[in-house]
Amino acid sequence: MNMNIIGKPLTRVDGRTKVAGKARYAADFNQPDQLYAVLVSATVGLGRVREIETAEVEEMPGVVSLITYRNAPKLTYLPHKGVIDPAVGERLHVLQDDTVRFYGQPVAIVVADSLDHAEHAAAALRIRYDAQRPMVDHADQQVARIVPEAGGADRSRGDADAAVAEAAVKVDEYYDMARENHNPMEPHATIAAWSGDRLTLWSKSQFLMNEQAEIAAVFGLPTENVEVICPFIGGAFGTSLRTWPHVTLSALAARHVQRPVKLVLTRKQMFFTTGHRPRSLQRVALGATPDGKLTGVVHEGTGETSRYEQFTEALTAVTDYLYSCPNVRTQYRLAQLDTGTPNHMRGPGEASGIFALESAMDELSYKLGIDPIELRRRNEPQIDEAEGKPFSSRSLMRCYELGAERFGWARRSPEPHSMRDGRLLIGMGAATATYPAFHAPSSARVRLLADGTAEIEAAASDMGPGTYTSMTQVAAEYLGLQLEQVRFRLGTTDYPPTPSHGGSWTMASVGSAIRAACLEAQSQAAQRAIADQNSPVFGVSREGVEWTEGRLRRRGDTLPGLSYRDILASAGNPIEADGFARRDPEIAEKYSMHSFGAVFAEVAIDPDVGTIRVRRVVGAYGIGRVVNPLLAKSQCTGGMIGGMGMALMERTVLDARDGRPVNAHMADYLMPVNLDMPELEALFVDEVDPHVNPLGVKGLGEIALVGTAPAIANAVFHATGKRVRKLPIQIENMLTA
Amino acid sequence: MFPFTLEKAGSAEAAIAAAATGARYIAGGTTLIDLMREEVERPERLIDINGLPLGGIRVEGDDLLIGALARMADVAADNNVQRLQPLIAESLIEGASPQLRNMASMGGNMLQRVRCPYFRMLDVGCNKRTPGSGCAAIEGINAGHAILGTSDYCVATHPSDVAVALVALDATMRVHGPQGERSFPVEDLFRIPGDTPHLEHTLLPGELIVELRVPGGPYARNARYLKVRDRASYEFALVSAAAALAIENGVIREARLAVGGVGTRPWRLRACEAALAGKKPDRQAFEEAAELATEGVRPLHHNAFKVVLLPRTIVRALELAGEVA
Repeated sequence: MNMNIIGKPLTRVDGRTKVAGKARYAADFNQPDQLYAVLVSATVGLGRVREIETAEVEEMPGVVSLITYRNAPKLTYLPHKGVIDPAVGERLHVLQDDTVRFYGQPVAIVVADSLDHAEHAAAALRIRYDAQRPMVDHADQQVARIVPEAGGADRSRGDADAAVAEAAVKVDEYYDMARENHNPMEPHATIAAWSGDRLTLWSKSQFLMNEQAEIAAVFGLPTENVEVICPFIGGAFGTSLRTWPHVTLSALAARHVQRPVKLVLTRKQMFFTTGHRPRSLQRVALGATPDGKLTGVVHEGTGETSRYEQFTEALTAVTDYLYSCPNVRTQYRLAQLDTGTPNHMRGPGEASGIFALESAMDELSYKLGIDPIELRRRNEPQIDEAEGKPFSSRSLMRCYELGAERFGWARRSPEPHSMRDGRLLIGMGAATATYPAFHAPSSARVRLLADGTAEIEAAASDMGPGTYTSMTQVAAEYLGLQLEQVRFRLGTTDYPPTPSHGGSWTMASVGSAIRAACLEAQSQAAQRAIADQNSPVFGVSREGVEWTEGRLRRRGDTLPGLSYRDILASAGNPIEADGFARRDPEIAEKYSMHSFGAVFAEVAIDPDVGTIRVRRVVGAYGIGRVVNPLLAKSQCTGGMIGGMGMALMERTVLDARDGRPVNAHMADYLMPVNLDMPELEALFVDEVDPHVNPLGVKGLGEIALVGTAPAIANAVFHATGKRVRKLPIQIENMLTA
Repeated sequence: MFPFTLEKAGSAEAAIAAAATGARYIAGGTTLIDLMREEVERPERLIDINGLPLGGIRVEGDDLLIGALARMADVAADNNVQRLQPLIAESLIEGASPQLRNMASMGGNMLQRVRCPYFRMLDVGCNKRTPGSGCAAIEGINAGHAILGTSDYCVATHPSDVAVALVALDATMRVHGPQGERSFPVEDLFRIPGDTPHLEHTLLPGELIVELRVPGGPYARNARYLKVRDRASYEFALVSAAAALAIENGVIREARLAVGGVGTRPWRLRACEAALAGKKPDRQAFEEAAELATEGVRPLHHNAFKVVLLPRTIVRALELAGEVA
């Protein structure tokens, strides 16, 4: 275990497979005799289906079946809620009645012998509706704002409102962040094939176990009758955490036509029924003493949800623990709209909430005339004051120090609108990033083979962070094998269950389970050697032997010892060990566990035409142990780009008349492209956290995005002296004085 | 997609004959195929003209001649184009994405359809797509729409970048048709929507664009295309400006100016050009001229910012062209 494969900047073990085009994604698993399904999406935002002209479409070339609520089988829809499903409400039931709850809701499926035939027939289908005007504008005063029934919406300590009111210096502002869609490269895709009452789904999913359980519940099947396979994901950012209606519909269609059916959503349909980051409206009020000590913090936020489910996220949660302040009140509400249910999108809740909080902190720093980093230092807490617990580790100020040095913060002139490069306005901004260090119960299996290599299996996913590689490193490290001697497999429900691939907890959870399985496998191998009378350790006690670098020796012995191959050669059958890991509840009770980081951004703004270019982003993060620095930097780079999109480009625009997204197209929904890329740099502070999990990892996927948008927004203010409290900040916002 | 037939044209004459009886030309296909897949376009017959010898780029005296089938990327990279008409090269590079520029032809670029989102939504009114069905954009989301040349029937922005440069430079186009050959200013190709927004150009049935001619001029080398948008590539202009200045002894002798992103066609600004003539090429002169650009604008709910951005973009483009700042 002293080979230190953990911590090495290794390239991806699946890199060659991907580059060679040999990685198979869900839609690549074409089945013999397969048919093609295309969804027909509602073209009204609220109402009922009145009339469907089926006859003509059913006669079109290649059409095998047209399925609407009139001929669709009634589905069982047993209760099921996975951890990523909203706790309150009931999921959308598809093709079960004539109700249209939001624009784009599936109202029919066309199944045909080719994709072209199915698309053409789907476009030809005429449906008439009794339509009403939907409510889709979150800012509309008529929108009902409810207290989320799941609870935890309000927290308070001291008297924050009074403290803000009485404060010597205060900031009290409203912030508005646009709805976003995930827009991964790979579209949602499912191929469904039935064999009797057993169903196989090749389906893009970040949570195979839940997809299996959800579809089993929808169809009233025993869970084990459903198998879900997804070895590769072409990006997801959270959109494939839930099992959305298209998965149900592909299985429904396959059963209806008694043949395998493939269903791939169009880019446009990915703006309809596969979730979105909800628009958020927030108020942050800060009160401080003249020397910059926070005396009161109020953070009120409203997210969006559908009429049929209450999607909640941690919009105001970071405000409870981020800074030291005796008086803090946070409040979270939901606006119920006629849209599909939102879902988690990279850095959910925290990313939106921290935009408001960190913008307000920046505003406060200018009001006080205190450097923004110094302001954070003066309010750095000793403990999590909301929970009254120590942090398991917290390196925020070290992140600021490391990042500031690398970024050259000292070169920033404090006054807004004071730095130029030629005719361009230059701005530098900073913001805090944070995200909880989550952990969920997970399992994994290790198989030691006679040739001395190991196979590792877990029903996990790899949407891009490099799970294949990093888990191989963990297993190689704990088994004492070379990387090449370990094969890690994921992507089917036949493997041991894992939690969702999201929330930055995959390494913490699955990695810890693999570690446990490796240790168990070693223990079994040792026992086998001890029991083998031909072995040099025969009869030695379990405590009398030890593993080093994949070899078993008597403790303190200097002989070469036994390899796995030596041990397995004599006995024959492989060793198989299951590992399970969860967070020790006692430790969880004792510590507040979060990652922290500091993000710095430099922007250049054209004073005439308002073009905003990000020149540099530097992020410094304290995330515990870094399993693979190369992958970690790549993950951070991607997160920063997502944060740039949030700050300057991404916005799903709805037409209030019928709730349709008008920019549901990659040419119109802007995300950064190569030419927008600034210098991006990620740094990691050395941080040892003995409490979070045996691996000491705190997770990186989300925090990589959190904090970038406010750093850029703060840089825009520093460049121009103009505070924009609405994301994305676009040229339009730069034109008014 | 609706079913269609695809034939390769063996000659321009054969292609024109087919088009005169209802077939549609296809070159790069970057607009047409896209719209066919969305069933906005539903041609029954396509004539593939890629085999016709219309791809060359050549020079005649001061004039630059660009074949209709030359690809955007090839034109942008051509030495003669960069030397004689840098404005053409710059406007091409600012357009679309590298993948699209590799496929899209110059002739096709002239005829590309609008980017109005409602034009692509078969379930809403669009007078351009379905005459008489109304315009969903006027009361809808219209941040990207035009402020010049609009009507109560259509407010869609003309999407081309290079067409703005061609119009600024007084380029002409040569077309072949059933009645023979004719040439006319590129500017005259584009109609304003009026009450017939489905009629977008002035080509007669069967006419095939064969060549673009860009005349030289004393302003050609001092010419810049400035495209203002929220991301650096693959986005249509919020506002763009093609500016060319002939400066002699510290005075503007001649100016050429056209703008994109704001008009229902590439928008030439002759009043601004006239205001610049004889002035010193400084910011004051540019600002005074740019003021004239917003005459007659009709902003919608979401695009009033273009009224502010338009003169600023013109000023900057003129500064770049005059290398003033």
